[in-house]
Amino acid sequence: MSLITTLARLEAVESGRAQPAATVLHRHLAERPLVFVPLTTSGEAGAPLGALVGTDRDAPRLLVVPQPRDRDLRFAFLAELADVVLPYLDAYADVVEAAERSETDPETGKRVKVEVELCADAPQLIVPGRAGIDFVRLLGRSTRFRRTAEQDPEAPHPAPPRVPLFGRWLTHFGERARVPGSALLLALTDVLSRHWATGQSSLEDQHLGALLAWLDPPEGEPGAEAAVRAELQRDARGQLVCPPAGPATDPAFDNQLLAPAIERYDRARTALAAAEDGIEADDRLGELTAAEREIRGLVESVTRPTWDAVWRGIDLLRTLPEGAHAADRWTRDRWSFTGHRDRVVAGEPPQPRRDDAVTAANKLATREREQARLEAQEALDDPLVMAGRRLAGEAFAGEVTEVVMAYGEGKRPSPRPLVTVRTDDRPHLGERARVYRSLGGKPQAAEFVGYDDEGAAVVLRIVDKMGRGKEPEAGSVPEKGDLVCFTLFEHEQRGGAKLPDPEETPWTHGGPPGESDAPPLPDPVTEEDVL
Amino acid sequence: MTVVFDPGAEAARATDAILYDTLHGTDRGVVVDSPPGAGKSTLVVRAALELASAGRPLMVIAQTNAQVDDLVLRLAEKAPDLPVGRLHSSDSDPYDKALDGLDQVRKSTKAADLAGLDVVVSTAAKWAHVKGVEPWRHAIVDEAYQMRSDALLAVAGLFERALFVGDPGQLDPFSIVGSEQWAGLSYDPSASAVSTLLAHNPHLPQHRLPVSWRLPASAAPLVSGAFYPYTPFRSGTGHGDRRLNFAVASDGSGTDRVIDEAAESGWGLLELPARHTPRTDPEAVHAVAGVVRRLLDRGGAATSERAQDPVPLTAERIAVGTAHRDQAAAVRAALAGLGVTDVTVDTANRLQGREFDVTVVLHPLSGRPDATAFHLETGRLCVLASRHRHACIVICREGITELLDDHPSTEPVQLGVTVKFPDGWEANHSVLSHLAEHRVAWRP
Repeated sequence: MSLITTLARLEAVESGRAQPAATVLHRHLAERPLVFVPLTTSGEAGAPLGALVGTDRDAPRLLVVPQPRDRDLRFAFLAELADVVLPYLDAYADVVEAAERSETDPETGKRVKVEVELCADAPQLIVPGRAGIDFVRLLGRSTRFRRTAEQDPEAPHPAPPRVPLFGRWLTHFGERARVPGSALLLALTDVLSRHWATGQSSLEDQHLGALLAWLDPPEGEPGAEAAVRAELQRDARGQLVCPPAGPATDPAFDNQLLAPAIERYDRARTALAAAEDGIEADDRLGELTAAEREIRGLVESVTRPTWDAVWRGIDLLRTLPEGAHAADRWTRDRWSFTGHRDRVVAGEPPQPRRDDAVTAANKLATREREQARLEAQEALDDPLVMAGRRLAGEAFAGEVTEVVMAYGEGKRPSPRPLVTVRTDDRPHLGERARVYRSLGGKPQAAEFVGYDDEGAAVVLRIVDKMGRGKEPEAGSVPEKGDLVCFTLFEHEQRGGAKLPDPEETPWTHGGPPGESDAPPLPDPVTEEDVL
Repeated sequence: MTVVFDPGAEAARATDAILYDTLHGTDRGVVVDSPPGAGKSTLVVRAALELASAGRPLMVIAQTNAQVDDLVLRLAEKAPDLPVGRLHSSDSDPYDKALDGLDQVRKSTKAADLAGLDVVVSTAAKWAHVKGVEPWRHAIVDEAYQMRSDALLAVAGLFERALFVGDPGQLDPFSIVGSEQWAGLSYDPSASAVSTLLAHNPHLPQHRLPVSWRLPASAAPLVSGAFYPYTPFRSGTGHGDRRLNFAVASDGSGTDRVIDEAAESGWGLLELPARHTPRTDPEAVHAVAGVVRRLLDRGGAATSERAQDPVPLTAERIAVGTAHRDQAAAVRAALAGLGVTDVTVDTANRLQGREFDVTVVLHPLSGRPDATAFHLETGRLCVLASRHRHACIVICREGITELLDDHPSTEPVQLGVTVKFPDGWEANHSVLSHLAEHRVAWRP
């Protein structure tokens, strides 16, 4: 934890309210995000219990699996969910703008610009917490390899037509969420705790109710007390007033309310199957419907508070203006969305179960680059974040006290002015360290020359962005009295070296991956598979 | 009958076997594990020269520009006529200016300009940009345990066979983002190059260098036992071969007593009263600076097998090691305040591969309320405890043993990942229990 975060947390404890950790919003928030509050069945990995989903805060769609162990009901749930999510995605896939991308020409091997489509906007999924993202990945993994009746008429449990496609999209969102700074799939607790520091641990911040209690405590109540209440307070029936944000449920809810209700549903279903004539069946169908309605009511009672909390959190985020570079990162998300749309249209197979060596290395390289980019952009967008970097010795700000013109030693002398910056910060400057400042949105580099004035001033030599002439262009060199901020980290990230194609994976990494012409099959059904 | 251990002969035997496999073996790779100061660089230079003289041009892959420049200088020292290529980046100041004085060293940013030279040396990052050249028949990969698997993936297409040399006990490569997604895969891009190589090619011959020429007889057993429990090594020198003497007698302070203890036994532990502190604990930083100041003031002289006469212990022969960069910065500032400027102060990551007569270490766990995976990492402690030829002085707050006992390792177990022995927790305990025998209490 950085020094400034520690300070903010201490202040939060003292004041009883969360303290700002950012002054602008560092993630793009879509105008119309799709909020997804899923619940899972305890003890059954990948058996959804229900969900609230939708883009309208007043009209969420409630989806429930009355018997989560029933595969047909589970598929019905997934098909329904796909019917909500896929049209939402499609609405963004169809609106495009023209863009350029550089590609390698297969004939000449040169990099050329090609006209391509870029989706004008992208969909955004918001789940309450990090566990929600894991659940999205799990749903994606469990559905993208399913075969529909059309693909494989012999399959014992054919999936509804759109479910495998839905799984591929969930997988894409889940993978994209691993890229630092991306916003296609957001965990609300992560975004909130990026922007505010509470007086509790970061682990406790993952409880959406407790986090909101710190951010927006009831009148007159300190955040710490409100947070404890959010975590522990139970009603007369012994149920949590603020149920867990899922997908896991509270054991007291499972044992006291859900299990008996599911049992009633099972009994009603068995009775219906055993009905001997139409009238009896009508009665028993009524009982079954009632039992199902009861489960729906239960699931709604524990998802609705989370649903409302998510929208409250979104409201809080919307009070912040969006950071300057957030749109730039959202454009990358749009590229990512467009890319997957194109892969689906091109009929490519679902994402493989495991990445091959080259794909894994490429993903890691991308994420490291995005992480560095995110850290730099957040600092440039936000003086509070920059203050943290300055405290850590990774940047310094101050007033220019002297500018001395000097020239380089090359054949054609180029300007290399010496700039003295008086600062109270204590940057960790090594010998000839490079520092950067933002000049009209572009980084200008300087070299550390030494300290002046008994260590209170830093002398720098500006080395670029001054034009081609002998005299630096107007405005390209700081002037005496200017307030400047230099960083020790680079503002822009260089692309890494290109890795070999997967077909050329070297011997050190096991050689090329085997040919996979046949589409991957779902996990085979084993004897232990009782569901 | 007692067999007398002859370090020189042992080391020579190991080196011969490595060179034989490299020059005449049929396998595509040879892996050499080298404990600290076991002559890894010497081996790399020798293997490069033998390959070159056998008429087999080769590429050498190192991890940092400093390592590359160092290798080129060593090659030039051993074989002044050998044409060597230094492939470098197009940044300003891409290589050590000393290379400009060597006529046989050609420098370029393009691999094509260096084609045909006997040896071409560069960093893995620069090699990764080289495309469309005829693969080299041989390569030497230096510091292969500090190279990440994805870096090897980017360059492995450039060579047919390679000698991989490195120290498995030092800091593992790391990534600034999570990589749990690939944990357990044989080609996990965040793992070390050697672990991927061996996972796919388990039959490759593996050698190890059995003798540390750097570590004194007082340090080799501890470092070997704590960090290399299954691949022990010995010190190349015996007890009494190295001595550290001071012209100025002790003034009886804790600082001087710990210096004397370290001069006598090779280890010293200066223990400050228990306290939770910020990372840049002012008292501990002050104590570190004080020890360095006294080391210089007391006119130290180091006697070793290298020279007939004692060599003065100067600032260049002393280093301070820390876990974090801000700690290093704080120590540098404190030293500057005491008028000391030429002492190397750096983090474990940057001290890797370096050698000094005396090291002063700020213990990674000193003053901490918790023991995280970063601070427990085996390699970090191993690097800090194995940079010295004569003595190592550790400075820490009291209570690290209890801290360790309160924080057993809690990292999740990943399926398919080879568990590394020893873990940092165990290694920290064994180093501490040894240091406890050389403890000097210090009151500010």
